Amino acid sequence: MIDLSLNCALVEQILTGFIANEVRKTGFGRVVLGLSGGVDSALSAYLGAKALGAENVLALLMPYRTSSPESREHAELVVKQLGIQSDLIEITPMVDAYFERFPEADQVRRGNKMARERMTILFDHSAKLQALVLGTSNKTELLLGYGTLYGDMASAINPLGDLYKTQARQLARHMGIPEVIVSKAPSGDLWVGQTDEAELGFTYEEVDRVLYLMVDRRCEIPELIAAGFDERFVRAVLAKVRSSQYKRRLPLIAKISARTIDRDFRYPRDWGK
Amino acid sequence: MSRSTIALAQMNPALGDLERNLALHEKTAEEAIGRGAGLLVFPELSLTGYFLKDIVSSVALPLTSPILGRLRDLSRRIDLIIGLVEESPEHLFYNAALYLSMGEIRHVHRKVYLPTYGIFDEQRYLTEGSRIRTFQADIGRSAILICEDMWHPSAAGVASLDGMEILISPSASPGRGGLEEGRFFANARAWETINRAYAQLFTCYVLYINRVGYEDGACFWGGSEVIAPSGEPVAKAEYLSEQLLVAEIDPVEIRRARTANPLLRDERPDVTLRELERIQREGVR
Repeated sequence: MIDLSLNCALVEQILTGFIANEVRKTGFGRVVLGLSGGVDSALSAYLGAKALGAENVLALLMPYRTSSPESREHAELVVKQLGIQSDLIEITPMVDAYFERFPEADQVRRGNKMARERMTILFDHSAKLQALVLGTSNKTELLLGYGTLYGDMASAINPLGDLYKTQARQLARHMGIPEVIVSKAPSGDLWVGQTDEAELGFTYEEVDRVLYLMVDRRCEIPELIAAGFDERFVRAVLAKVRSSQYKRRLPLIAKISARTIDRDFRYPRDWGK
Repeated sequence: MSRSTIALAQMNPALGDLERNLALHEKTAEEAIGRGAGLLVFPELSLTGYFLKDIVSSVALPLTSPILGRLRDLSRRIDLIIGLVEESPEHLFYNAALYLSMGEIRHVHRKVYLPTYGIFDEQRYLTEGSRIRTFQADIGRSAILICEDMWHPSAAGVASLDGMEILISPSASPGRGGLEEGRFFANARAWETINRAYAQLFTCYVLYINRVGYEDGACFWGGSEVIAPSGEPVAKAEYLSEQLLVAEIDPVEIRRARTANPLLRDERPDVTLRELERIQREGVR
């Protein structure tokens, strides 16, 4: 019943078609993305290069002083393998300048600030180069709310948003992304030693199976428990999905007029494209 | 009746841009004429694109629209089936397909079953059609069922009893689910089953025309096809890419299928009707 395998050749074709089609509709021909050294942004870069040509992909490496040197090596490996354009923009001066006023700020605030600093740089390059910001958030992260709103969750188009983490890994292997990147422990690299799975409290293999049943197959909680999943785990996952719903929606607008954006003013984004 | 060459336009309309789509229709028609087709079929909502939402009222056309005049003129050179939002004199909006021939609108089908679930929201914006009728096309007695209409076997059953020899289904089907290792979209596989089953059960040709392209991230999968009354595929377009699929249909195949499998002869509309009346009387539906 749970089959998270992928027809990788076909998914690659659909996603590269998506990038080419949706980018060109906007009148742009290029994409820009933040390359962290992790598998998700590497996969977006590979898909972008395949869709638009390596010359139309700009990767920005935006380390903070505590970022792991390994992350940077892996990002550089992707740049080299694909032959895409890249630039290195350190975010340490901007982030540290801000927190001089708030030295008490905890890891989460600092991590969010870093993610949002990177976002502003990406969107500045979007305007500078007429390039769309290519998203790198996968379906698992989006459902769990495991990302920074208006930070790494921000993009113009996202080819990975309907692939679970374990599916993104399969596609990454299919596209020839170096194994050292695909098989390392996923990490936001927002502080030293951070790993996603330690922070979340479960592995992507486990949570992807529950999310697939809950979301794609519309299973109710009792069905999941009957299928052998631990009740506390299932309820914890559901709680994360529910509490992060706001991150997947536009801000709420107080309704005043006869026609309010996204309530009764409903247009597709590809309006007239 | 003799063999006919038909063409299916597996195309990618722009969302909410009538002029651009009209030009695309005219260009495709020139190519179909060049390839010897007598009928050219476009997908569902080919003049407007599919996920229109609030654009519906801005792209709706009355049947007297000059835009349709241009297509009527074109139909003096090749028969056309096109998709549009039709605005009735009462200002109701229908998801409709027109059969145009010799400068005239010779048949209008208004989609009866408007999907409003999952990624679909048609009943919010559109009015349900209420007629299922066959019409005489140059290629034979035909019925048009738009996309979701095909998922209601009663619709095809009614058309069959009304004399349908050719079942034409313009669609805008976005691919969903099922992309496990070695497989294609789950709903595409279902469509292909339906097309083969209907051809065989109603001993008719099935002309399935699906579009391609992306709208707000949804991917229309193409795979247009012509299925013979035997249930065997005659022609099949690629998945996911634009293509003009040209095929021959032969009325002899309908005769052959109906001789071998006289399913139409053995239909019992009297039984069906009696039982439907009973079901209605008993208030089951």
